[in-house]
Amino acid sequence: MFTQQLINGLTLGGVYALIALGYTMVYGILELINFAHGEIYMLGAYLGIIFLGFFTAIGLTSYSLPLALILTFILSVIFCSSYGFTIEKIAYKPLRNAPRLSPLISAIGVSIFLQNYVMLTQGATDKIFPHLFEKAGIELMGTRVTYTQIFIIAASAILMLSLNLFITKTRMGKAMRAVAQDKVMASLVGININTVISATFIIGSGLAAVAGLMVAAYYGLVNYSIGYIAGIKAFTAAVLGGIGSVPGAMFGGILLGLIESFSAAYISSEYKDAYAFIILIIILFIKPSGLFGKTQEEKV
Amino acid sequence: MNKAVSKTDSPIHRFTHSPFFIALWLALLFLPFKGLKAAGILFIVLFAAVSMLNMFKKYVGTMKGVFSDFKQYLLGRSRIKLPESKTRSIALTLLMSVVVMALPFYGHDYLIDIAVLSGIYIILAQGLNIVVGFTGLLNLGFVAFYAIGAYSYALLNTKLGMGFWASLPLSVMLVTLSGFILAIPALRLRGDYLAIVTLGFGEIVRLVLNNWDSFTKGPNGIGGIEPPNIFGMQISKLGHFYYFIIIFVLLAVFIIRRVSASRIGRAWIAIREDEIASSSIGINTTAYKLYSFAFGAFWAGLAGVLFAAKMQFVSPESFTFMESVLVLCMVILGGLGSIPGVVLGAIILVMLPEMLREVQLYRMLALGSGLVMLMIFRPQGLMGGKGVSFRG
Repeated sequence: MFTQQLINGLTLGGVYALIALGYTMVYGILELINFAHGEIYMLGAYLGIIFLGFFTAIGLTSYSLPLALILTFILSVIFCSSYGFTIEKIAYKPLRNAPRLSPLISAIGVSIFLQNYVMLTQGATDKIFPHLFEKAGIELMGTRVTYTQIFIIAASAILMLSLNLFITKTRMGKAMRAVAQDKVMASLVGININTVISATFIIGSGLAAVAGLMVAAYYGLVNYSIGYIAGIKAFTAAVLGGIGSVPGAMFGGILLGLIESFSAAYISSEYKDAYAFIILIIILFIKPSGLFGKTQEEKV
Repeated sequence: MNKAVSKTDSPIHRFTHSPFFIALWLALLFLPFKGLKAAGILFIVLFAAVSMLNMFKKYVGTMKGVFSDFKQYLLGRSRIKLPESKTRSIALTLLMSVVVMALPFYGHDYLIDIAVLSGIYIILAQGLNIVVGFTGLLNLGFVAFYAIGAYSYALLNTKLGMGFWASLPLSVMLVTLSGFILAIPALRLRGDYLAIVTLGFGEIVRLVLNNWDSFTKGPNGIGGIEPPNIFGMQISKLGHFYYFIIIFVLLAVFIIRRVSASRIGRAWIAIREDEIASSSIGINTTAYKLYSFAFGAFWAGLAGVLFAAKMQFVSPESFTFMESVLVLCMVILGGLGSIPGVVLGAIILVMLPEMLREVQLYRMLALGSGLVMLMIFRPQGLMGGKGVSFRG
């Protein structure tokens, strides 16, 4: 029971962490709660189903399943990144110097738009992800772990590590950190702010797409409204870890996943969605800037 | 990452900002969702739209000049003087009040029903306007207070058999108290943290209402709530209820106006504009934020009681996050901190979906893109003041 819940929690936590990274990166740079980010995750899940269906129809899946899966993966990530990029250009860029509330409302607008866009084009009913992987798995300390779960945990760990390397080691990562610290100063030393912001949206959306794909494969069902609740949970995870902090988002996501699966198993599953918020309120009450967040000094 | 000096003139930039490329890009994004044919149609439509927009942009400057010249010319020619602004505003107010007061005599039942709903939302949005508009605290779970108000009346009425007038003060007091209780942890937080905590509070309240079957009857909701009584007469007719709501709306608008012009209201606005500056001139910011939260919750609770009394039925479905967003949109559309603006915003956002019933499927799509466009082209809302700023 305990190991089972641990594995379930890590799986869920990996997904939350991947989405939370997008929130936290955008927040770190633009100080914007990107409400549409959950919808990108939903788009990723849908695109996975659409592309896989397409490849099945043209016979690629029966020819070579791994090839079809890899292509689906790459295409979904590319499309989601393009969506993130486009959304930033249309809905957030014109509002860069507007009051804080304006881009937030704009993001809520984008979120409503995308939900209905998918509902209208793909229908309001649940979509089924093709059942490609048998429920096979391995025995681990008396509990069964499916390959999908192992894949999700491994993939999220690898992605998080590479993101961390990207941010700490590469030129673009350095530019991102600089922009997050001070936009004006960063532009004075020759960093193109627009490129950095676009890159942030592209990377964040790509990670959300991966999360969406994995969830679609894990649960097998996708609905146009999944983005909302996942988005809120992931945002909670980001705040839990201290918004704007990349390791915080990873830690917050995994913590949230574990809290949810353990409390659902040991306390009551009816209030599964409420625990996340209760924990959030308690943690923020004790440490108002999140677990890893820096206390921001107000500038006068 | 080198910044080209004449970036807008480079051929690549010109190509990527051409209507052809924008339309192609968006159509490509759309392609997997609806197939080749729909994407092709979208491409043509977008291409035409973006080209027209570009042309429009080019000529809008010259057109503006032409129009103002034309207006000057007309004003110079005409001998009729426009009425004095004060007389005009009084006449306008009179006309509007006649239209509003006489609505049940000429309006269809459907119209009155929507008007009653607008009234409830006006009170609710005014409550949120106090918190977001005046004090600048973003509350994304405001609907929780509305839910607590509605459910307390529903439960007091159906479980204890208490009447409307006995439950009203009790329910509203309960909601105000819950506003205080939420505010105590929430006010330690700034900006976006506050937003997410209030959002969480809203979700917790909805989940409790949804899952506490023995007390709230869960997702089935509570039915058979009594409508209010006046002098032993039950207000069950729609027309009567309309006047009943109008009294409350007027009361809300009057009181909020007076409070916002008072010392408290000025302290709220000072906090919104600059918290540090206001605390350094001796405003107890925590106390005033607490008042703002509780006072806002008070009106939400009143709106909730009225909602329960009108519908005679409550269920958790009416109190989702989308509802909080909708109320926030009313405040923003009308203009943060503008009382008449928020009234207008509430009326528009209640009426609009009803008018768009013909194209029901597309109305949420329109609402979403409408919000984005509103923020880009008129972020201060319809009647918002120019000085309104929002800092978290």
